[in-house]
Amino acid sequence: MKVNCDINVHHLTRVEGHGNIKISIQDGVLRQATWEVVETPRFFEAILVGKKWDNAPWICGRICGICSIGHTLASIRAVENAFLMVPTLQTTRLRLLLKHMETLQSHILHLYFLAAPDFLNIGSVFPLIKSSPEVVARAAGLKKLANDMCDCVGGRRLHPTTTVVGGFTMLPDRKELAVFRERLADSIPGLVATVELFKTFSLPDFSRETEFVSLKGAQDYPFIGGDLISTDGVVKGESEYRQMTNEYLVDQSTSKWSKLSREAFAVGSLARVNNNFKFLHPLAQDVAAEFGLTPVNHNPYMNNIAQLVECVHVVYDSIQLIDELLGVPWQEPRQLVTPKAGVGVAAVEVPRGILYHSYDFDEAGHIVKCDCIIPTSQNHANIQYDLSALAEKFAAEGIQDRELELLAEMLVRAYDPCISCSVH
Amino acid sequence: MTETPVQPKTFLGVPVYRPKVAFFELSSCEGCQLQILNNEATLLDFLSLVEVVKFREGMSGGTDDYEIAFVEGSITRPDEEERLKVIRKNAKVLVAFGSCACFGGVNQLKNRFNLDWVKKEVYGDHPIETSEVKPLDAVVTVDLKIYGCPVKKEEVERIVTALAIGSEIVYPKYPVCMECKANGNICLFDVGEPCLGPITQGGCDAWCPNSRSGCGGCRGPAADSNVEQLICIMEQYGFSKDTIIDRLECFGGFASYVGPLRSGQKP
Repeated sequence: MKVNCDINVHHLTRVEGHGNIKISIQDGVLRQATWEVVETPRFFEAILVGKKWDNAPWICGRICGICSIGHTLASIRAVENAFLMVPTLQTTRLRLLLKHMETLQSHILHLYFLAAPDFLNIGSVFPLIKSSPEVVARAAGLKKLANDMCDCVGGRRLHPTTTVVGGFTMLPDRKELAVFRERLADSIPGLVATVELFKTFSLPDFSRETEFVSLKGAQDYPFIGGDLISTDGVVKGESEYRQMTNEYLVDQSTSKWSKLSREAFAVGSLARVNNNFKFLHPLAQDVAAEFGLTPVNHNPYMNNIAQLVECVHVVYDSIQLIDELLGVPWQEPRQLVTPKAGVGVAAVEVPRGILYHSYDFDEAGHIVKCDCIIPTSQNHANIQYDLSALAEKFAAEGIQDRELELLAEMLVRAYDPCISCSVH
Repeated sequence: MTETPVQPKTFLGVPVYRPKVAFFELSSCEGCQLQILNNEATLLDFLSLVEVVKFREGMSGGTDDYEIAFVEGSITRPDEEERLKVIRKNAKVLVAFGSCACFGGVNQLKNRFNLDWVKKEVYGDHPIETSEVKPLDAVVTVDLKIYGCPVKKEEVERIVTALAIGSEIVYPKYPVCMECKANGNICLFDVGEPCLGPITQGGCDAWCPNSRSGCGGCRGPAADSNVEQLICIMEQYGFSKDTIIDRLECFGGFASYVGPLRSGQKP
């Protein structure tokens, strides 16, 4: 039993944005276990007001450097939904391919650069450059493949340049796509080695029963648009997102929080795997099985493994997408856009979970109202409740301060929070 | 962990000096810092050139003993001003890193509204602190600016190499338009796409126009750029006032031209 403990992590490292962890135990009683979000708001929802529709994807992509592709695609989908535009199959496939590569680069960045150092008891990935160069080379290789493909399809790996309402400004080179198909196939051994590496890590033994929210797959593992689902049985349409998120404000956070059937819910890879396991590529399901990840899993640290499972899924799915794209000739890259008055909502699964953009337009296509609900903002309450339960459990077991601090840091990191994004 | 454990680079057998560098972020998307990790092919070479002593997004621990500070993001709250002043005190060279740090970036679009309205629009009656968005040089002396939203890794490497070996840092004097022409692109004005390539500082190799997206001006004005003339040309091409304003004010580098245009006067 732990008697006294005072943990104060100011600006947690190896996460995107600024957050603090405070845990205090006095005379054996847990006094405080708090996840504080201190990030500065940038007010994107106000910035957009009065701007013409074509500014939205360009500006909103700047909400986040890690998931700028997801924000851009969500923004584009919201505009297209408002203007009652349906993208062509070619556009849909190319967008999904781009989305997959963002997922791959973001998950690899998280798994190797942000999460793995904890399991290896080092402060960053940098010492591995000397001690295990092959591991760093593998991580860099996988990330480079994903980023190079983002350049090829989206024009740029960060804040994409070809993605516009109606389609693409230009299409990727078909020969280049064929080369990428081979590079994807060649990346499988790297993924297998990543699975082997993560099998040597022991995930903390901690679970807290929670509700998981994600897109609801119809025939495929879902990433762009469709219905919303929770493990507690709530199903909503994309446009009813506010009933799924129920945002509210708390003093300990500059980001808004969300809840649904309970005090908190989780989004992200683990939520997607829990809700849509049957739609994963069979080989991704096999990887999940190797880690004992079966739905519904309530260990938040398992989100790391769910990300790994998704890496396998998106690589196999991307190979198939390229085959489909190369199986037919290119069509026109973009459709004409005719602005209309109305509301458009988009739900897109970005690496950290379900992202919503909603815009109200006047008849000339100027934005009257803008609402963005970010995955990490939906996770903050769940992180808070997990942190309390974690402190309670491990304090009762009487572990060392430094060990508890590390477990708390690893817990927040497991959510792969994008804090700047959540405050936007 | 305070030392990047890579073999020091040598030149003619003499170790090349590796400056201690630190990365910081104010209000931003942290995309510019991410660009440091993003060029995987040259990442190890880059890390051997400098000694990274602080990089919160990528490493735990670190020290405040650094020579070069790269600061990403704009100032939107008083505590950021204080953090920046401390960084300024510690650093020999303070680098404004990316459009937000250089011009306020997309964040400064907030400045066209009343702050109370902005707060109410997003947070209702919940008290939240925010101030007018400022670039770094509104608060401290900035030694060097690296432009772009996001920054281009090749340019960062070129500038950091020059800093490390003490050679002169040269910015292109020509605009993005020159790079675009050199790349053999068609003029985007001719296909109805607004573009600030003729007035924006080069160095990105016409990153956006190469993708047939008009230049957004994220790198700010080129030397001797004639913004007024470009506005006239864009009007001749039939671009609406709204479209011209949207382009000019997006990243902050040309924001000073927007006021007169919006109020109906010629700048």
